[in-house]
Amino acid sequence: MDRFTVFAPRLVEKAEYFTSGHRACQGCAEALAVRLVMKALGRNTIVAMATGCMEIISSPLPTTAWNVPWIHVAFENASAVISGCEAGMKVLMRKGKVPEKKINFVAMGGDGATADIGMGQLSGALERGHDMIYVCFDNEAYMNTGIQRSSSTPYGASTTTSPAGKVSIGQRTQKKNLPQIAVAHNIPYVATACPSFPFDLMEKVKKAANIKGPAYVHILSVCPTGWRIPTSDSIRYGRLAVDTGVFPLYEVVDGKYRMTYEPQKLRPVGDYLKGQGRFRHLKDKDIEEIQRRVNQEYEKIISKCGGM
Amino acid sequence: MAKPMEEIKWQELEPGAVVREVGNAREYETGTWRSEKPVVNADECIHCGVCWLFCPDAAIHQMPDGHFEANLTYCKGCGICARECPVGCITMVAEEEE
Ligand SMILES: Cc1ncc(C[n+]2csc(CCOP(=O)(O)OP(=O)(O)O)c2C)c(N)n1
Ligand code: SF4
Ligand code: SF4
Ligand code: SF4
Ligand SMILES: [Mg+2]
Repeated sequence: MDRFTVFAPRLVEKAEYFTSGHRACQGCAEALAVRLVMKALGRNTIVAMATGCMEIISSPLPTTAWNVPWIHVAFENASAVISGCEAGMKVLMRKGKVPEKKINFVAMGGDGATADIGMGQLSGALERGHDMIYVCFDNEAYMNTGIQRSSSTPYGASTTTSPAGKVSIGQRTQKKNLPQIAVAHNIPYVATACPSFPFDLMEKVKKAANIKGPAYVHILSVCPTGWRIPTSDSIRYGRLAVDTGVFPLYEVVDGKYRMTYEPQKLRPVGDYLKGQGRFRHLKDKDIEEIQRRVNQEYEKIISKCGGM
Repeated sequence: MAKPMEEIKWQELEPGAVVREVGNAREYETGTWRSEKPVVNADECIHCGVCWLFCPDAAIHQMPDGHFEANLTYCKGCGICARECPVGCITMVAEEEE
Protein backbone atom coordinates (compact mmCIF):
# COMPACT_ATOMS: atom_id res chain seq x y z
CA MET A 1 0.00 0.00 0.00
CA ASP A 2 2.98 2.30 -0.02
CA ARG A 3 2.97 2.77 -3.76
CA PHE A 4 0.31 5.50 -3.69
CA THR A 5 -1.96 4.02 -6.30
CA VAL A 6 -4.85 5.80 -4.63
CA PHE A 7 -5.53 9.30 -3.47
CA ALA A 8 -3.57 9.26 -0.23
CA PRO A 9 -5.40 11.74 2.01
CA ARG A 10 -8.74 10.00 1.53
CA LEU A 11 -7.38 7.09 3.55
CA VAL A 12 -5.68 9.11 6.21
CA GLU A 13 -6.96 11.03 9.22
CA LYS A 14 -7.12 14.70 8.21
CA ALA A 15 -6.89 16.16 11.69
CA GLU A 16 -3.44 17.06 12.98
CA TYR A 17 -2.75 16.15 16.59
CA PHE A 18 0.84 17.33 16.27
CA THR A 19 0.50 20.78 14.75
CA SER A 20 2.41 23.10 12.50
CA GLY A 21 4.54 25.65 14.31
CA HIS A 22 6.76 23.07 16.00
CA ARG A 23 10.44 23.93 15.91
CA ALA A 24 11.99 20.81 14.38
CA CYS A 25 14.75 21.39 11.82
CA GLN A 26 13.75 21.61 8.17
CA GLY A 27 13.05 18.17 6.74
CA CYS A 28 12.98 16.36 10.11
CA ALA A 29 11.56 12.89 9.53
CA GLU A 30 11.36 12.34 13.27
CA ALA A 31 8.75 15.13 13.42
CA LEU A 32 7.01 13.52 10.45
CA ALA A 33 7.01 10.19 12.31
CA VAL A 34 5.36 11.84 15.33
CA ARG A 35 2.78 13.48 13.06
CA LEU A 36 1.89 10.14 11.43
CA VAL A 37 1.83 8.23 14.73
CA MET A 38 -0.63 10.78 16.11
CA LYS A 39 -2.81 10.54 13.00
CA ALA A 40 -3.01 6.79 13.56
CA LEU A 41 -3.80 7.13 17.27
CA GLY A 42 -6.36 9.92 17.15
CA ARG A 43 -7.55 12.16 19.92
CA ASN A 44 -8.24 9.66 22.72
CA THR A 45 -4.58 9.50 23.50
CA ILE A 46 -2.35 10.45 26.41
CA VAL A 47 1.34 10.86 25.72
CA ALA A 48 4.29 10.82 28.11
CA MET A 49 7.44 11.91 26.36
CA ALA A 50 11.06 11.65 27.41
CA THR A 51 13.30 14.62 26.79
CA GLY A 52 14.89 14.78 23.37
CA CYS A 53 14.36 16.64 20.10
CA MET A 54 10.64 15.91 19.85
CA GLU A 55 9.95 17.13 23.35
CA ILE A 56 12.05 20.27 22.97
CA ILE A 57 10.72 21.27 19.56
CA SER A 58 7.08 20.72 20.48
CA SER A 59 6.85 22.46 23.83
CA PRO A 60 8.79 25.71 24.23
CA LEU A 61 6.78 27.45 26.98
CA PRO A 62 4.12 28.87 26.64
CA THR A 63 3.31 26.95 23.45
CA THR A 64 2.61 23.33 22.63
CA ALA A 65 2.30 21.53 19.31
CA TRP A 66 0.15 18.85 20.95
CA ASN A 67 -3.59 18.57 20.57
CA VAL A 68 -3.83 15.74 23.10
CA PRO A 69 -2.89 15.54 26.80
CA TRP A 70 0.89 15.36 26.80
CA ILE A 71 3.42 15.38 29.59
CA HIS A 72 7.13 16.01 29.41
CA VAL A 73 8.94 13.76 31.83
CA ALA A 74 12.59 13.13 32.62
CA PHE A 75 14.89 11.27 30.27
CA GLU A 76 14.44 7.85 31.78
CA ASN A 77 10.86 7.58 32.95
CA ALA A 78 8.40 7.95 30.06
CA SER A 79 7.41 4.29 30.40
CA ALA A 80 7.06 4.52 34.19
CA VAL A 81 4.89 7.65 33.94
CA ILE A 82 2.60 6.17 31.30
CA SER A 83 2.31 2.99 33.41
CA GLY A 84 1.06 5.18 36.24
CA CYS A 85 -1.38 7.02 33.94
CA GLU A 86 -2.78 3.71 32.71
CA ALA A 87 -3.09 2.18 36.18
CA GLY A 88 -4.57 5.39 37.61
CA MET A 89 -7.16 5.85 34.87
CA LYS A 90 -8.18 2.21 35.22
CA VAL A 91 -8.98 2.82 38.88
CA LEU A 92 -10.78 6.12 38.17
CA MET A 93 -12.94 4.39 35.56
CA ARG A 94 -13.69 1.50 37.91
CA LYS A 95 -14.79 3.97 40.59
CA GLY A 96 -16.95 5.81 38.06
CA LYS A 97 -14.98 9.05 38.44
CA VAL A 98 -14.03 9.05 34.77
CA PRO A 99 -16.37 7.74 32.06
CA GLU A 100 -15.36 4.35 30.65
CA LYS A 101 -13.65 4.70 27.31
CA LYS A 102 -10.76 3.40 25.32
CA ILE A 103 -7.71 5.56 25.80
CA ASN A 104 -4.36 5.02 24.12
CA PHE A 105 -1.58 5.32 26.71
CA VAL A 106 1.57 6.11 24.81
CA ALA A 107 5.16 6.59 25.94
CA MET A 108 7.56 8.14 23.46
CA GLY A 109 11.31 8.48 23.51
CA GLY A 110 14.32 8.88 21.26
CA ASP A 111 16.93 6.18 20.84
CA GLY A 112 19.03 7.68 23.64
CA ALA A 113 16.02 7.69 25.94
CA THR A 114 15.09 4.14 24.95
CA ALA A 115 18.24 2.16 24.22
CA ASP A 116 20.34 3.70 26.98
CA ILE A 117 18.73 5.81 29.64
CA GLY A 118 15.16 4.52 29.92
CA MET A 119 15.98 0.88 29.19
CA GLY A 120 15.31 -0.40 32.70
CA GLN A 121 12.02 1.42 33.06
CA LEU A 122 10.87 0.29 29.62
CA SER A 123 11.66 -3.30 30.53
CA GLY A 124 9.71 -2.91 33.77
CA ALA A 125 6.65 -1.49 32.02
CA LEU A 126 6.65 -4.25 29.39
CA GLU A 127 7.05 -6.91 32.05
CA ARG A 128 4.20 -5.55 34.20
CA GLY A 129 1.92 -5.86 31.20
CA HIS A 130 0.36 -2.40 31.12
CA ASP A 131 -2.06 -1.70 28.29
CA MET A 132 0.28 0.80 26.67
CA ILE A 133 2.36 1.53 23.60
CA TYR A 134 5.98 2.52 23.66
CA VAL A 135 7.17 4.30 20.52
CA CYS A 136 10.89 4.75 20.01
CA PHE A 137 11.90 7.40 17.49
CA ASP A 138 15.32 6.20 16.46
CA ASN A 139 17.47 8.82 14.74
CA GLU A 140 20.57 6.89 15.78
CA ALA A 141 22.16 9.40 18.16
CA TYR A 142 21.47 11.95 20.90
CA MET A 143 20.55 14.60 18.37
CA ASN A 144 19.03 17.24 20.58
CA THR A 145 22.27 17.89 22.42
CA GLY A 146 24.41 17.89 19.29
CA ILE A 147 24.83 14.40 17.78
CA GLN A 148 26.39 12.26 20.52
CA ARG A 149 26.57 8.51 19.91
CA SER A 150 24.07 6.22 21.60
CA SER A 151 24.00 2.43 21.74
CA SER A 152 21.64 2.67 18.76
CA THR A 153 24.17 4.50 16.57
CA PRO A 154 25.26 2.18 13.76
CA TYR A 155 28.79 0.92 13.28
CA GLY A 156 30.94 3.35 11.32
CA ALA A 157 28.85 6.48 11.91
CA SER A 158 30.76 9.60 12.84
CA THR A 159 29.23 11.53 15.74
CA THR A 160 30.68 14.18 18.03
CA THR A 161 31.51 11.53 20.64
CA SER A 162 32.53 8.87 18.11
CA PRO A 163 34.37 11.06 15.64
CA ALA A 164 35.92 9.42 12.61
CA GLY A 165 39.62 10.15 12.16
CA LYS A 166 42.99 8.63 11.39
CA VAL A 167 42.68 5.90 14.00
CA SER A 168 38.93 5.68 14.44
CA ILE A 169 36.22 4.47 12.10
CA GLY A 170 33.68 6.45 14.09
CA GLN A 171 31.19 4.36 16.07
CA ARG A 172 33.05 1.12 16.87
CA THR A 173 30.14 -0.88 18.27
CA GLN A 174 27.20 -2.49 16.48
CA LYS A 175 23.73 -1.01 16.77
CA LYS A 176 21.76 -2.38 19.71
CA ASN A 177 18.75 -4.33 18.46
CA LEU A 178 15.90 -2.79 20.45
CA PRO A 179 12.95 -4.48 18.70
CA GLN A 180 14.51 -7.85 19.51
CA ILE A 181 14.91 -6.84 23.15
CA ALA A 182 11.22 -5.94 23.19
CA VAL A 183 10.33 -9.31 21.59
CA ALA A 184 12.26 -11.06 24.36
CA HIS A 185 9.71 -9.69 26.84
CA ASN A 186 7.05 -11.89 25.18
CA ILE A 187 4.71 -8.95 24.71
CA PRO A 188 1.77 -9.24 22.27
CA TYR A 189 3.00 -6.74 19.68
CA VAL A 190 6.35 -5.49 18.39
CA ALA A 191 6.93 -3.74 15.07
CA THR A 192 9.51 -1.75 13.16
CA ALA A 193 8.41 1.14 10.95
CA CYS A 194 9.65 4.15 9.02
CA PRO A 195 7.76 7.29 7.90
CA SER A 196 9.01 6.72 4.34
CA PHE A 197 6.37 3.93 4.39
CA PRO A 198 3.55 5.94 5.95
CA PHE A 199 0.68 3.49 5.45
CA ASP A 200 2.69 0.62 6.88
CA LEU A 201 3.62 2.84 9.86
CA MET A 202 0.07 3.96 10.60
CA GLU A 203 -1.33 0.46 10.24
CA LYS A 204 1.18 -0.84 12.79
CA VAL A 205 0.48 1.95 15.25
CA LYS A 206 -3.26 1.22 14.98
CA LYS A 207 -2.61 -2.45 15.62
CA ALA A 208 -0.44 -1.58 18.59
CA ALA A 209 -3.28 0.54 19.96
CA ASN A 210 -5.94 -2.11 19.48
CA ILE A 211 -4.02 -5.01 20.98
CA LYS A 212 -4.54 -5.43 24.70
CA GLY A 213 -1.31 -5.26 26.69
CA PRO A 214 2.06 -3.70 26.00
CA ALA A 215 3.17 -2.94 22.45
CA TYR A 216 6.49 -1.65 21.20
CA VAL A 217 6.98 0.22 17.91
CA HIS A 218 10.47 1.10 16.74
CA ILE A 219 10.57 3.85 14.12
CA LEU A 220 13.65 4.66 12.09
CA SER A 221 13.50 8.47 11.97
CA VAL A 222 15.87 10.11 9.54
CA CYS A 223 17.54 13.23 10.96
CA PRO A 224 19.00 15.35 8.15
CA THR A 225 20.93 17.49 10.65
CA GLY A 226 22.72 14.60 12.37
CA TRP A 227 23.07 12.37 9.34
CA ARG A 228 24.41 15.25 7.30
CA ILE A 229 22.12 14.88 4.31
CA PRO A 230 20.12 17.46 2.34
CA THR A 231 16.85 18.36 4.09
CA SER A 232 14.88 17.24 1.03
CA ASP A 233 16.22 13.68 1.23
CA SER A 234 14.89 12.39 4.57
CA ILE A 235 12.16 10.31 2.97
CA ARG A 236 14.55 8.97 0.38
CA TYR A 237 17.10 7.78 2.95
CA GLY A 238 14.43 6.06 5.00
CA ARG A 239 13.36 4.21 1.88
CA LEU A 240 16.99 3.30 1.14
CA ALA A 241 17.45 1.94 4.68
CA VAL A 242 14.58 -0.45 4.01
CA ASP A 243 15.48 -1.28 0.41
CA THR A 244 19.06 -2.15 1.37
CA GLY A 245 17.96 -4.38 4.26
CA VAL A 246 19.66 -2.12 6.80
CA PHE A 247 16.27 -1.59 8.48
CA PRO A 248 13.79 -4.39 7.70
CA LEU A 249 10.10 -3.67 8.20
CA TYR A 250 8.45 -6.44 10.20
CA GLU A 251 6.01 -7.12 12.98
CA VAL A 252 5.82 -9.75 15.68
CA VAL A 253 2.31 -10.63 16.83
CA ASP A 254 2.24 -12.97 19.84
CA GLY A 255 5.71 -14.16 18.93
CA LYS A 256 4.91 -14.75 15.26
CA TYR A 257 7.14 -12.84 12.85
CA ARG A 258 5.99 -11.36 9.56
CA MET A 259 7.79 -9.15 7.04
CA THR A 260 5.40 -6.36 6.16
CA TYR A 261 7.36 -5.10 3.19
CA GLU A 262 9.88 -7.08 1.26
CA PRO A 263 12.08 -5.56 -1.41
CA GLN A 264 12.30 -7.86 -4.46
CA LYS A 265 16.05 -7.71 -4.32
CA LEU A 266 18.09 -5.87 -1.71
CA ARG A 267 20.07 -2.91 -2.96
CA PRO A 268 23.76 -2.74 -1.98
CA VAL A 269 24.30 -0.95 1.36
CA GLY A 270 26.61 1.50 -0.37
CA ASP A 271 23.49 3.09 -1.91
CA TYR A 272 22.37 3.96 1.60
CA LEU A 273 25.75 4.86 3.15
CA LYS A 274 27.14 6.98 0.33
CA GLY A 275 25.76 10.48 0.38
CA GLN A 276 25.36 10.57 4.16
CA GLY A 277 27.95 12.85 5.75
CA ARG A 278 28.17 10.69 8.87
CA PHE A 279 29.50 7.79 6.72
CA ARG A 280 31.55 9.89 4.31
CA HIS A 281 34.90 8.59 5.64
CA LEU A 282 34.10 4.89 5.08
CA LYS A 283 36.39 3.01 2.73
CA ASP A 284 35.27 0.26 0.35
CA LYS A 285 36.48 -2.43 2.72
CA ASP A 286 34.47 -0.88 5.57
CA ILE A 287 31.38 -0.89 3.38
CA GLU A 288 32.03 -4.55 2.54
CA GLU A 289 32.17 -5.35 6.24
CA ILE A 290 28.89 -3.50 6.85
CA GLN A 291 27.33 -5.34 3.90
CA ARG A 292 28.37 -8.69 5.39
CA ARG A 293 26.80 -7.74 8.69
CA VAL A 294 23.57 -6.45 7.13
CA ASN A 295 23.17 -9.69 5.12
CA GLN A 296 23.69 -11.73 8.26
CA GLU A 297 21.10 -9.78 10.27
CA TYR A 298 18.63 -9.72 7.39
CA GLU A 299 18.82 -13.50 7.01
CA LYS A 300 18.13 -13.90 10.71
CA ILE A 301 14.92 -11.92 10.38
CA ILE A 302 13.90 -13.74 7.19
CA SER A 303 14.38 -17.10 8.88
CA LYS A 304 12.34 -15.93 11.89
CA CYS A 305 9.58 -15.07 9.44
CA GLY A 306 9.68 -18.70 8.37
CA GLY A 307 12.08 -18.28 5.44
CA MET A 308 11.02 -16.92 2.09
CA MET B 1 -3.25 33.84 22.17
CA ALA B 2 -0.23 32.91 24.27
CA LYS B 3 1.83 35.78 25.63
CA PRO B 4 5.37 35.90 24.30
CA MET B 5 7.80 34.27 26.71
CA GLU B 6 9.62 37.58 27.38
CA GLU B 7 6.43 39.13 28.73
CA ILE B 8 5.49 36.31 31.08
CA LYS B 9 6.35 36.80 34.74
CA TRP B 10 7.16 33.72 36.78
CA GLN B 11 4.14 34.35 39.01
CA GLU B 12 1.89 33.82 36.00
CA LEU B 13 3.20 30.33 35.27
CA GLU B 14 1.05 27.45 36.43
CA PRO B 15 2.84 24.97 38.67
CA GLY B 16 4.18 22.21 36.44
CA ALA B 17 4.34 24.67 33.54
CA VAL B 18 0.91 23.57 32.32
CA VAL B 19 -0.16 24.88 28.92
CA ARG B 20 -3.95 24.83 28.62
CA GLU B 21 -4.30 26.11 25.07
CA VAL B 22 -4.00 23.04 22.86
CA GLY B 23 -1.88 23.23 19.74
CA ASN B 24 -1.02 26.90 20.24
CA ALA B 25 2.39 26.33 18.62
CA ARG B 26 0.42 27.39 15.53
CA GLU B 27 0.98 30.95 16.67
CA TYR B 28 4.65 30.52 15.90
CA GLU B 29 5.13 31.04 12.19
CA THR B 30 7.93 28.78 11.07
CA GLY B 31 7.58 30.09 7.51
CA THR B 32 10.04 32.83 8.43
CA TRP B 33 12.82 30.21 8.49
CA ARG B 34 12.49 29.52 4.79
CA SER B 35 14.99 30.43 2.10
CA GLU B 36 13.28 28.50 -0.69
CA LYS B 37 9.60 27.93 -1.26
CA PRO B 38 7.75 25.15 -3.06
CA VAL B 39 5.76 26.30 -6.08
CA VAL B 40 3.17 23.83 -7.44
CA ASN B 41 2.22 23.71 -11.08
CA ALA B 42 -1.51 23.28 -10.52
CA ASP B 43 -2.16 22.05 -14.09
CA GLU B 44 0.20 19.09 -13.66
CA CYS B 45 -0.85 18.20 -10.10
CA ILE B 46 -2.69 14.84 -10.02
CA HIS B 47 -4.20 15.54 -6.56
CA CYS B 48 -2.53 12.46 -5.04
CA GLY B 49 -1.69 14.13 -1.71
CA VAL B 50 1.77 12.57 -1.41
CA CYS B 51 3.26 15.99 -0.64
CA TRP B 52 0.65 16.50 2.11
CA LEU B 53 1.39 13.11 3.64
CA PHE B 54 5.17 13.59 3.75
CA CYS B 55 5.39 17.19 4.97
CA PRO B 56 6.97 17.11 8.47
CA ASP B 57 5.34 20.44 9.25
CA ALA B 58 1.79 19.68 8.11
CA ALA B 59 2.21 22.74 5.93
CA ILE B 60 0.41 21.58 2.79
CA HIS B 61 -3.27 21.96 2.11
CA GLN B 62 -5.71 21.16 -0.66
CA MET B 63 -7.17 24.03 -2.66
CA PRO B 64 -10.87 24.17 -3.63
CA ASP B 65 -10.04 23.03 -7.20
CA GLY B 66 -8.32 19.89 -5.83
CA HIS B 67 -4.65 20.68 -6.28
CA PHE B 68 -2.30 20.91 -3.32
CA GLU B 69 -0.26 23.88 -2.20
CA ALA B 70 2.16 24.80 0.56
CA ASN B 71 0.96 26.93 3.44
CA LEU B 72 3.72 29.51 3.52
CA THR B 73 2.91 30.56 7.08
CA TYR B 74 4.53 27.30 8.27
CA CYS B 75 6.46 25.83 5.32
CA LYS B 76 10.15 25.71 6.28
CA GLY B 77 11.28 25.07 2.73
CA CYS B 78 12.84 21.65 3.30
CA GLY B 79 12.11 20.49 -0.24
CA ILE B 80 10.69 17.06 0.70
CA CYS B 81 7.43 17.70 -1.17
CA ALA B 82 9.28 18.67 -4.35
CA ARG B 83 11.52 15.61 -4.07
CA GLU B 84 8.66 13.16 -3.43
CA CYS B 85 5.97 14.47 -5.80
CA PRO B 86 5.44 11.54 -8.20
CA VAL B 87 4.90 13.77 -11.23
CA GLY B 88 7.54 16.35 -10.35
CA CYS B 89 5.19 19.32 -10.48
CA ILE B 90 6.71 21.10 -7.44
CA THR B 91 9.71 23.39 -7.91
CA MET B 92 11.71 24.95 -5.12
CA VAL B 93 12.21 28.63 -5.83
CA ALA B 94 14.59 30.92 -3.94
CA GLU B 95 12.58 33.40 -1.89
CA GLU B 96 14.20 36.54 -3.22
CA GLU B 97 13.80 35.54 -6.87
CA GLU B 98 9.98 35.46 -6.77
C1 LIG C 1 19.36 12.78 32.70
C2 LIG C 1 19.58 13.71 31.57
N1 LIG C 1 20.77 13.66 30.92
C3 LIG C 1 21.00 14.46 29.86
C4 LIG C 1 20.04 15.33 29.41
C5 LIG C 1 20.30 16.24 28.23
N2 LIG C 1 19.60 15.79 27.02
C6 LIG C 1 18.42 16.31 26.67
S1 LIG C 1 17.83 15.73 25.21
C7 LIG C 1 19.20 14.74 25.02
C8 LIG C 1 19.36 13.89 23.79
C9 LIG C 1 18.22 12.95 23.52
O1 LIG C 1 18.58 11.96 22.60
P1 LIG C 1 17.52 10.94 22.08
O2 LIG C 1 16.80 10.29 23.19
O3 LIG C 1 18.17 10.01 21.09
O4 LIG C 1 16.46 11.86 21.31
P2 LIG C 1 16.73 12.80 20.03
O5 LIG C 1 17.07 14.16 20.57
O6 LIG C 1 17.83 12.21 19.25
O7 LIG C 1 15.43 12.78 19.32
C10 LIG C 1 20.09 14.90 26.09
C11 LIG C 1 21.38 14.20 26.23
C12 LIG C 1 18.82 15.36 30.13
N3 LIG C 1 17.82 16.19 29.76
N4 LIG C 1 18.61 14.56 31.19
S1 SF4 D 1 18.30 17.43 15.11
FE1 SF4 D 1 17.44 15.88 13.76
S2 SF4 D 1 15.83 14.86 14.94
FE2 SF4 D 1 16.33 16.79 15.98
S3 SF4 D 1 14.82 18.25 15.19
FE3 SF4 D 1 16.68 18.43 13.93
S4 SF4 D 1 16.36 17.03 12.20
FE4 SF4 D 1 14.84 16.50 13.78
S1 SF4 E 1 9.07 22.41 1.54
FE1 SF4 E 1 9.00 21.03 3.31
S2 SF4 E 1 7.93 22.22 4.88
FE2 SF4 E 1 7.49 23.22 2.91
S3 SF4 E 1 5.60 22.29 2.23
FE3 SF4 E 1 7.26 21.13 1.27
S4 SF4 E 1 7.58 19.40 2.68
FE4 SF4 E 1 6.40 20.95 3.81
S1 SF4 F 1 2.57 15.24 -4.69
FE1 SF4 F 1 2.54 16.47 -6.56
S2 SF4 F 1 0.91 15.59 -7.78
FE2 SF4 F 1 0.59 14.85 -5.70
S3 SF4 F 1 -0.80 16.33 -4.77
FE3 SF4 F 1 1.27 17.03 -4.30
S4 SF4 F 1 1.77 18.47 -5.93
FE4 SF4 F 1 0.02 17.29 -6.62
MG1 LIG G 1 18.11 10.17 19.04
